[in-house]
Amino acid sequence: MIRQDAHRIDPKRRAIIDPKKRQFAAPIYKQQDYPFRLNLYDTPPTAEITLEQFEQWAIDRLKILAEIEACSYRNKSPAETASHITPLLQKFLPLSSNTSSATGALDQRLKNERQKDHYSHFILRLAFSATEDLRRRFARAETMLFRFRFQNDDSRERRAFVESLNLDWEPVSDEERHEITESLASSTPGLRRVDDETWYKVDWEKVPELVERRTVFLKKGKAYVPGREQLSMIMAEFTARLERSLELTSRALPRLDEDDRLTPILNHLSKNFGSAESVYSEGEGHVDGTAITASSIDSLSQHFPLCMRNLHTNLRKNHHLKHFGRLQYTLFLKGIGLSLEECIIFWRQSFKGKTDDEFNSQYKYNIRHAYGDVGGDVNRRGRGYPPYSCQKILSDNNVGIGQTHGCPYRHYSVDNLVGLLQSTGVSDKETLRGVREDVGKQRYHIACNRVFEYSHKNEIKKVKEDGTWTQADLDTIVHPNTYFKRSYLLKQLAKAPGRDA
Amino acid sequence: MPHPVSPTGSPRKDDEELPDAPAEENKENGVKVEDLFNDDSDEEFPTSTGQDVKMESSPAPAPEPAPAPSGVDSDVMLAFYQRLFPFRYLFQWLNHGIVPTRDFGNREFALTLQNDAYLRYQSYPTADLFRKDILKMNPSRFEIGPVYSTNPRDRKTLRGGQMKPVSKELVFDIDMTDYDDIRTCCQKANICAKCWAFVTMAIKVIDAALRDDFGFEHILWVYSGRRGAHAWVCDPRARNLSDDRRRAIAGYLEILRGGSQSGKRVNLKRPLHPHLTRSLDILKNHFAQTTLKDQDTFASSEQADRLLALLPDKNLNDALKRKWDSSPDRPSISKWADIDSLAKTGKSSTLNTTTLRDAKQDIVLEYTYPRLDAEVSKKMIHLLKSPFVIHPGTGRICVPIDPRRAEEFDPLSVPTVMELLAEIDAYDAKHPAGTAEVEMPDVEGSAINGSDMKGSGRKLQDYEKTSLKPYVEFFRSFIAGLLKEERTVKREREEVKPTVKADPMEF
Repeated sequence: MIRQDAHRIDPKRRAIIDPKKRQFAAPIYKQQDYPFRLNLYDTPPTAEITLEQFEQWAIDRLKILAEIEACSYRNKSPAETASHITPLLQKFLPLSSNTSSATGALDQRLKNERQKDHYSHFILRLAFSATEDLRRRFARAETMLFRFRFQNDDSRERRAFVESLNLDWEPVSDEERHEITESLASSTPGLRRVDDETWYKVDWEKVPELVERRTVFLKKGKAYVPGREQLSMIMAEFTARLERSLELTSRALPRLDEDDRLTPILNHLSKNFGSAESVYSEGEGHVDGTAITASSIDSLSQHFPLCMRNLHTNLRKNHHLKHFGRLQYTLFLKGIGLSLEECIIFWRQSFKGKTDDEFNSQYKYNIRHAYGDVGGDVNRRGRGYPPYSCQKILSDNNVGIGQTHGCPYRHYSVDNLVGLLQSTGVSDKETLRGVREDVGKQRYHIACNRVFEYSHKNEIKKVKEDGTWTQADLDTIVHPNTYFKRSYLLKQLAKAPGRDA
Repeated sequence: MPHPVSPTGSPRKDDEELPDAPAEENKENGVKVEDLFNDDSDEEFPTSTGQDVKMESSPAPAPEPAPAPSGVDSDVMLAFYQRLFPFRYLFQWLNHGIVPTRDFGNREFALTLQNDAYLRYQSYPTADLFRKDILKMNPSRFEIGPVYSTNPRDRKTLRGGQMKPVSKELVFDIDMTDYDDIRTCCQKANICAKCWAFVTMAIKVIDAALRDDFGFEHILWVYSGRRGAHAWVCDPRARNLSDDRRRAIAGYLEILRGGSQSGKRVNLKRPLHPHLTRSLDILKNHFAQTTLKDQDTFASSEQADRLLALLPDKNLNDALKRKWDSSPDRPSISKWADIDSLAKTGKSSTLNTTTLRDAKQDIVLEYTYPRLDAEVSKKMIHLLKSPFVIHPGTGRICVPIDPRRAEEFDPLSVPTVMELLAEIDAYDAKHPAGTAEVEMPDVEGSAINGSDMKGSGRKLQDYEKTSLKPYVEFFRSFIAGLLKEERTVKREREEVKPTVKADPMEF
């Protein structure tokens, strides 16, 4: 597959080899032979593949990553995730161990599988290196995939793989271990016998959690880590390498513009990843049979998630919201079914301090734009932009002074958040403690769902007992409009018992 | 005003020298004297300095007769910067070399002006410009922040999030106020030789951990000017640590948890981690000397009750309490000994000797282990006061402390700026060198190339006439060690370079 034609000078290699010797030189890259199932993706692929393969492999891998992300987003346990992912992996991205074939790593089937895994990883790297947000998500999902595969790997093969990595882990010699036995024993909790473990010397920066908890022996900048901490070290290594190379990729990316075949595919891929989790179709937040008008917003605001409720309170208090706050809130209101006319009335009434002229010139256009009433063709055809999902709101990490948009769970300090929650009537100690914990672990949506479950606990119990709602109806909320709809429906059910029955 | 300079000597001096320095810069940089005193434009940085100064309600940067709130007045401050402040070494320290690099140019400085305005995001391309601006602004003190990915002065031209901190020394901050509940001699801002011992032991423990455990070598300890000490870990490896690695070190070193209301604050798992065993070895004697003798911490009945609350066995506690109540003036050292002697008598049947030993170890650590302000260490962007500036309250210079001789350091004998200026006058009076005196203020700035530093013909710099000399020389030798390592690191980097593989994204 590699171009071996001696007459064509590969422009990238020109400078490296003396042209006189070129025809005798070995090719600089060689076909990878994938001796192991796992791959740390250090060497980029060099062989040629068709454009169809390029796209199909990438899409297959993307499906897996999206599922993995969805699982973590829904806070599934590792076991649940494993059972969910395993069949998908079999279907889209199988990767068998050497033992599964009589000829081991030489089997062509295994080679193909591994090649697909390798190539698809690198294609997605290209697609997801453009923005920091995408890079972070990609690295996270890839790390989880790698961890999953690593844990499922055959132990002998895993050891061989780890040894092949040439990581900077220096085994501790018996003599040295003998000298420091006491220190090792007293610094490593849960250790039975020092001699039972294989010990490695690594730079302490590689095991910061162990250092922080003071559960590892340090000497002159080296941490003495027992073999059983291997997994966490490999993971750290994998993530670190991936993040570093994604950075590099993003810098090299502009050069890819020259290729007009790949760029559209890559753009398409990265868009798909973006929508993989914010599953929200138009009209989903609408509640049937209820006319929502500008005047009913106040009473409906009790069903709003904290982010929107906060915006509403601020709007009522200051009679003003800054641009991004208006945008976030307008789109949400659009999502719950407020018509454009009513929406304009709502904002007009809310901005008490502004004259009609000021309102019309400064604010009205933006509202109409959000509804797709004005603007470019694309905007009008798409009827404006969709309401923001939690993911979108959470990823805004630049909420400035005086701005009230964003997600309070993420953008408020914990103490202020708790104060805000209490002001909305959530004062249950257990719930607040849970919220603090979730926020500490950066699981903001879990915190929000926790509050939802607390404030609707009676209704949820009821519908569960009735059997009117299944577990799927009570899945984790990842969209403010879902929050509203569910909250509203639950309260309606509670008000009119037996209506559904 | 406490101004120990002889009334005839000092004003004469200032009158003579102050006009000199601007005149010199006039020659060098082509700045008119009027411009120098005119605060709304600076030829070197027309966009940045000018703007920031205006924002801060245009403080007059030139020597201003308004007295600083502290007692060190602005004339004294200016004379200090002109004559004594080691700009050249500070530059070399932060630049990690002689030729100006990004390490210095993109470094944030934050200046506290005489009117208490706070100017952040200042930066200087060279040592000369740094000195010039400090002389112009005459700050009461300034702090050092991280090296940023771009020049901090350009931050407004960049979109949000583009300017990122890249590196900074790993820093630690020890402050005596954190020890208020266990020191009996002084409170709040005051210190004496007795309570300085706490800082001494903190230096020893932290220094040992950083060197032995983390393998750092270039650790600069600096007296904070009043009642604490700072550590600057300058190894390249330490400077480039990310925030989560910094947090890891802070967590590793921190063993006191909770505030004064949270009961027993040291709860360590056994066996003790080697770091703690070593710390305990260092601290045992200090506990005997400082806590039990000098501070006599457990003398009062409240403190004794607190001690009892930390002991595990109720029967033993009751016995101790009876004994101590009967002799109210019993010194701490006897009370501490009572714990063991009563335990040995076997009065308490429930007593577990291991638990008691562990509790006693925990107590030793609670009363002596360093109390760090961990937040300072965790964030790269945290600012910390520069070495060698004057503490505005005490007038003392923030001089380096030699950790190998930490015990010998006496904060109360650290020279104050007034003493130093008087020493220069005294020296000059004794050695009337005639011409040398007039040119002296320029030596520090213009002799930066250092070529004429050696040999008999060189002029004595002002700091060498004073008791600041040993401190500056210690700083210089510290920098020499750092630069030496820096050179080898750079060389290694250059050697490694060719073997690095081609861009991994090249297909």
